[in-house]
Formats: sequence, structure tokens, C-alpha cells
Amino acid sequence: MADIQDRIRNDIAAHDVVLYMKGTPVFPQCGFSATVVQILSHLGVPFKGHNVLEDDTLRQGIKEFSNWPTIPQLYVKGEFVGGCDIVREMFEEGELRDFLKEKGVTLAETA
Amino acid sequence: MSVAETLRLRLEAAFEPQALAILDESERHRGHAGHRPGGETHFRIRIVSSAFAGLSRLARQRRVHEVLAAEIAGGIHALSLELRTPEEAASA
Repeated sequence: MADIQDRIRNDIAAHDVVLYMKGTPVFPQCGFSATVVQILSHLGVPFKGHNVLEDDTLRQGIKEFSNWPTIPQLYVKGEFVGGCDIVREMFEEGELRDFLKEKGVTLAETA
Repeated sequence: MSVAETLRLRLEAAFEPQALAILDESERHRGHAGHRPGGETHFRIRIVSSAFAGLSRLARQRRVHEVLAAEIAGGIHALSLELRTPEEAASA
């Protein structure tokens, strides 16, 4: 089995926007994860969700990967952006959409 | 000493905050993962400190994670952080 750190590196390289979360994008199982899913969906950001509740190796591995103790964790173009507080602040300040566009993420046009 | 008191002492020593609020929101998470009777598992912390000046959002949170590393490892299930400089707090 590939080392978990290698697996994470591959995962965040494979998709522009990756969210490590509790539950799935359709059924988040934590309020903080649900908040990030709602914001990404609101902005029309396609993203890949990884459910850490299904994989304890991943749950620990992602905390070590980013040196960040909590989940959810958002990655854009392979770069760690932050958790729920940071994503929400960026969204509320109007920075998140611009940040994603600068990174070259294609947003679905929403109303 | 309660967890909240420990958090307050550590944060005051590290950041000399102009304002510090530590809210135990554990009861709002009753029945969810990580909740324990007696609370002190889910905290929302607001800090206003000039120590955050010039630091990115990530860097600010990392400073707090470092200061509270023992408590985070020791059973705090969820931590929500609002970290501002005095200037940002004044204009918010």
C-alpha cells in the first residue's frame, strides 16, 4: 500500500479543489464540513471530497500532511488553504471567488 | 483548573490580547461526535491582538494551534477561531 503521505500528494494533484471532510459532500457529518461544502457549492466550485471518517489512516495522515489539527481541510491546486474558519472568512470578505479564479479554478456560473 | 481556564492563561501569556473571548459551545454539539458530559470539547475563541499583525490567516491560526497544542491533543474536539488585530477589530 502506498504511503499515506504519497497518497495525499497524489489526491491533491489529481483535482483542482480537494476537501478532506467528515462525511460526504452529499451527507456531511459535521457542521464545519457542511459549512465548507455549502460555500463551495454556492460558488459553483467543482471539488473532490474525501471522507476521513471512512479511513482512520487518512484522518491522521492529513493532519500530519498539513501540520493542521482539525478537519475539514481545503486544498486548491495542491496548496493548503485552511479549514472552516478561514474558508468562511475568505467567503464573507469576498476574497474566495477571486482567489479561486486567480488559481485558475473554473467556477460554474451561478445566479 | 477547567480547560477554559487553561486556554485563557495560555492565550493571555502568548498573545497579550486586547480582547479575549472563550466560548464553550459543547452543549450545542450534544449527541454529536466528540461531545462529552461536562462539556469543554467544543470551543469558539475570539482574540484581538497586535501579535497577529502582518500574519496571514493560516499563520495566525498556526500560532494559536502551537500555543494550545497540548489541549488540542488532549481532548478538545473542535476549535473555531476568530483572530484579529486591533485595527481589524475596530473596522469590523
